[in-house]
Amino acid sequence: MRTLPVGDRALLVELADGEETAALHAELLRRRAEGTLPPVGEIVPAARTVLLDGLDDPAGFAAGLAGWEIAPARAGVTNTVELPVRYDGPDLAEVAALWGVREEEVVRIHSTAEFRVAFCGFAPGFGYLTGLGERYAVPRRATPRTAVPAGSVALAGPYTGVYPRASPGGWQLIGTTDGVLWDPARTPAALLTPGARVRFTPVNEHTKSDADNEGTAR
Amino acid sequence: MTDRAFAVVRAGALTTVQDSGRYGHAHLGVPRSGALDLPALRLVNRLVGNPAGAAALETTLDGCAVRPRCPVVVAVTGAPCAVSVDGRPVAWGAAVRVPAGAVLDIGPAVRGVRAYVAFGGGIAVEPVLGSRSTDLLSGLGPAPLRDGEVIPLGPSTGRPGPVDWTPVPAPPAELVLRIRLGPRDGWFTAAALRTLVTRVYRVSSASNRIGLRTEGPPLERAVRDELPSEGVVTGAVQVPPDGRPVVFLSDHPTTGGYPVAAVVMERDLPAAAQAAPGTPVRFVPSAPRAARPGQFSAVLTRHGRTSGGRGQGAVP
Repeated sequence: MRTLPVGDRALLVELADGEETAALHAELLRRRAEGTLPPVGEIVPAARTVLLDGLDDPAGFAAGLAGWEIAPARAGVTNTVELPVRYDGPDLAEVAALWGVREEEVVRIHSTAEFRVAFCGFAPGFGYLTGLGERYAVPRRATPRTAVPAGSVALAGPYTGVYPRASPGGWQLIGTTDGVLWDPARTPAALLTPGARVRFTPVNEHTKSDADNEGTAR
Repeated sequence: MTDRAFAVVRAGALTTVQDSGRYGHAHLGVPRSGALDLPALRLVNRLVGNPAGAAALETTLDGCAVRPRCPVVVAVTGAPCAVSVDGRPVAWGAAVRVPAGAVLDIGPAVRGVRAYVAFGGGIAVEPVLGSRSTDLLSGLGPAPLRDGEVIPLGPSTGRPGPVDWTPVPAPPAELVLRIRLGPRDGWFTAAALRTLVTRVYRVSSASNRIGLRTEGPPLERAVRDELPSEGVVTGAVQVPPDGRPVVFLSDHPTTGGYPVAAVVMERDLPAAAQAAPGTPVRFVPSAPRAARPGQFSAVLTRHGRTSGGRGQGAVP
């Protein structure tokens, strides 16, 4: 772990990998919840860093951080979000070819993996989900699509993501969910928040009911 | 004609509703948003007796015109411009009473870019995540103003503004941005960092609420790896592949995959909001704020390490 100053009021903590990043993020949230964290405006986890923005004394915070004992992030501590998916994406065959498996096997692998929201970005409610592992990493499409429909379940690099609303995008589309990823009237507005566990469950286009298609948190 | 609202007569090139911003949601990918020139927003609200962070209009270069449906106290600050009521010139930078049905016209910016128009009671569009600001990156908050639209106002406070007028610094002919190097200055060559703080850049016409783009000598990378996405602050000087620094403003993305060479001091960002395309820009190193001896200064000298991350920074 090392800390990098970011302007006058922020600190970037860099960690060895995603697991360490998740552990520090969980520790920061724990300390904030129990009221032992100095006031901080934003805690923004990312791939291998956590940004702390709006600190009164970043240097003092960095000094204190060096003495922290940080437990590994534990599985099952947070809620699990289940997202029903129709694996009907236009890039399913392409992903199957990249993985060297049949399309049915892509569905099996993706829907049996346990995902974690590593961080959000790109758009409100867009989570970068880890869980497939590096061996299933895929490149972005050479030419991004100008319009990716809302609810598209997509892969790029080691990540899975779900487009919260229609937007341009270059990820490989493998399916579609009707889960509401982003709703400003809901608290939290994002269905997928950093640290949350996520599972994708396959649904059959012909047997789906409204209840099946809701993204449900439990 | 007496409800608390105004109709948009001329929306202008880009007029948005802005308050002090949408804080605390960066981890969900929600930009801070809010007025680019925050001191101008606070001042204009003070002039009409509103709380400093109330929602007002932010215009871009060519102003706007509105027709209040009720008598209302207004004020205009930010970029200096002509202000009139039913064609009659009125004061800029002071509280002005506008009768119901009259047309308040905010003319093109004489200098600077963005004027702020406050109404007594504030603009009362529905807040999203605690803010009424238009976020042009992610589409939160109200859409930019359109001709003919009706915008609601909050209840009149009945309080006169505590000041009649106040001097405001004119937008400078040259934009001087004090910076602190890092967090990723180690990703650039020593020559590039020297270029950043010695050469003159110019504000690009591609600048917007997301970022102040610059034209000038490109900054050469020392580290060619792809940076895994990481959190980015307002004022970050991010360097995309073309090497031209971009200063992140209110609607910037919350995470990014291009290295941030330096961060502009918060107090210099309002001037960046008022720098018109073509304005010369100089990045000037700023001394660290009362750095503690020991650990943090050690950290400051340890930024040379390269990252081993592979291809994870790409946006969807």
